[in-house]
Amino acid sequence: MSIDITTVRHIARLARIAIDDADVAPLAQELSRVLDLADELGAADIADVAPLAHPQGEALTWRADAVTENDRADAFLALAPDARAGLYLVPKVIE
Amino acid sequence: MTGLFTSIAQCAQALRARQISAVELAREALRAAQTHADLNALISVDETGALAAAERADARLASGTWSSLSGIPFAHKDIFCTSGVRTTCASRMLADFVPPYDAGVVERLHDALAVSIGKANMDEFAMGSSNENSFFGAVKNPWDTARVPGGSSGGSAALVAAGVVPFATGTDTGGSIRQPAAFCGLTGLKPTYGRVSRWGMIAYASSLDCGGVLARSAEDCMHVLSAIAGHDPRDATSVARGVDNYADALRAPLQGLRIGVAREYFGAGIDAGVGATVQAALKQYEQLGATLVDISLPNAALAIPAYYVIAPAEASSNLARYDGVRYGHRCAHPTSLEDLYTRTRAEGFGAEVRRRILVGTYALSAGYYDAYYLRAQRVRRLIANDFVEAFKAVDLIAGPTTPTVAFKLGEKSADPLAMYAADVNTVAVNLAGLPAISIPAGFREGMPVGLQLIAPAFAEGALLAASHQFQLATDWHRRTPGGAA
Repeated sequence: MSIDITTVRHIARLARIAIDDADVAPLAQELSRVLDLADELGAADIADVAPLAHPQGEALTWRADAVTENDRADAFLALAPDARAGLYLVPKVIE
Repeated sequence: MTGLFTSIAQCAQALRARQISAVELAREALRAAQTHADLNALISVDETGALAAAERADARLASGTWSSLSGIPFAHKDIFCTSGVRTTCASRMLADFVPPYDAGVVERLHDALAVSIGKANMDEFAMGSSNENSFFGAVKNPWDTARVPGGSSGGSAALVAAGVVPFATGTDTGGSIRQPAAFCGLTGLKPTYGRVSRWGMIAYASSLDCGGVLARSAEDCMHVLSAIAGHDPRDATSVARGVDNYADALRAPLQGLRIGVAREYFGAGIDAGVGATVQAALKQYEQLGATLVDISLPNAALAIPAYYVIAPAEASSNLARYDGVRYGHRCAHPTSLEDLYTRTRAEGFGAEVRRRILVGTYALSAGYYDAYYLRAQRVRRLIANDFVEAFKAVDLIAGPTTPTVAFKLGEKSADPLAMYAADVNTVAVNLAGLPAISIPAGFREGMPVGLQLIAPAFAEGALLAASHQFQLATDWHRRTPGGAA
């Protein structure tokens, strides 16, 4: 399946990845080649085949609804590029 | 070669006999790491941590309580979170990330008193088959420094092959332990999905990611698997099931073992010399008492297409967390929140990671989910069913781990699809969640060739036994870049 530059820009927007104008066309070609590979799946007869997510067929486990982590807010905030007063800082969203 | 690290058992024996201390062993490994710095196999060296861990091991050895890994130096793939030690996943995104906690595998090896000397280089976010996709530069193959060590656990493989450490941890999402093990003449074990905790192992494709080990021999892999296998309630996909006694399992003889030789694994794209080398190794298995059975895995050709939908789709979801807000790289002077996200991610991720995120985003986007992701998951069941059928008639399945020996640096880096083809014989195992091992089986033009053995779920013991019995009768696994050890 070949995808055009409009689609590339759309996917990039969904993925929140900035792409230089010069890179859009080559990227459309590269992604098209990967999707051509994916299109080989079309040859498979998958009627009545259930999708497989966990190879061992296990369901996700449940645990008691109890606090298991200590409050380590300071340790995690210390990793942030910008934080103050217990908050993550980002550029102003509302003008 | 330092000559010190031919096997875990040999190191352990020297430690117990007090011929050497854990601190001396650690210093030796750190020195060897420096000697082999040209391989670029380590992203971070943790000398302080290593010496502290070695002192702890020495104290315990003196008190007479130890495990088979106490005082043994090793390296963690830089995908495992290590508390207080930088964990980069070979990405600019995490170039300065110092985790506030240890991964489950890290805890286990810490508790076993193994001594980590640092963090091994890898393909960024484990996406790659050559270790050329690292923000910290490519790793070189110790057998021929013009060649790649394989990937994504390329740094781990190079360190063990060069004799810097006797083992290293790795992860395998589509072949990332087995392929570098094959390229570097090592034994590499990918356990059953769910057997080893993924807690603290930075996620790439969560339904495929699997922690494991690279070492010289199956016996060494056995020691490490025994330490890292087991249930971890913090990983919801970890399987609550008892761990076998792998040391006992190692003794199972080859007599009566039925090895299925999968036709498709010797198909188009497999180098004739590699195929012949693996066939010769299988002949040897036959001479040692195993029975070879011709089998077919009819959906094998669908594994690469299914993998390159499922893995990118899961990656696009997993890597959405890198937004420049909570941790990791942030672009300079963001003008808006949108600008912060998009430039941070464009700068923080390398080309292959961006490519996979975009492919995955497309496969999951409105209108395409059924055609790509859901279809791939159905094909995934077909591939898993092939194995279920095959294991009705055989105990293990064999074939070449890789289509060729290690290729040249730069040879495939410009063509993503050529690189993807390097995983043709390994990805199906991840899709089916099975355990598999690559063992040294001979040489092709001076470069190591790997034989892959695949077992039913949780039959790691059978894999290790079949590999160990072969290694008792052969010496391929003892060959090193500097001559036989």
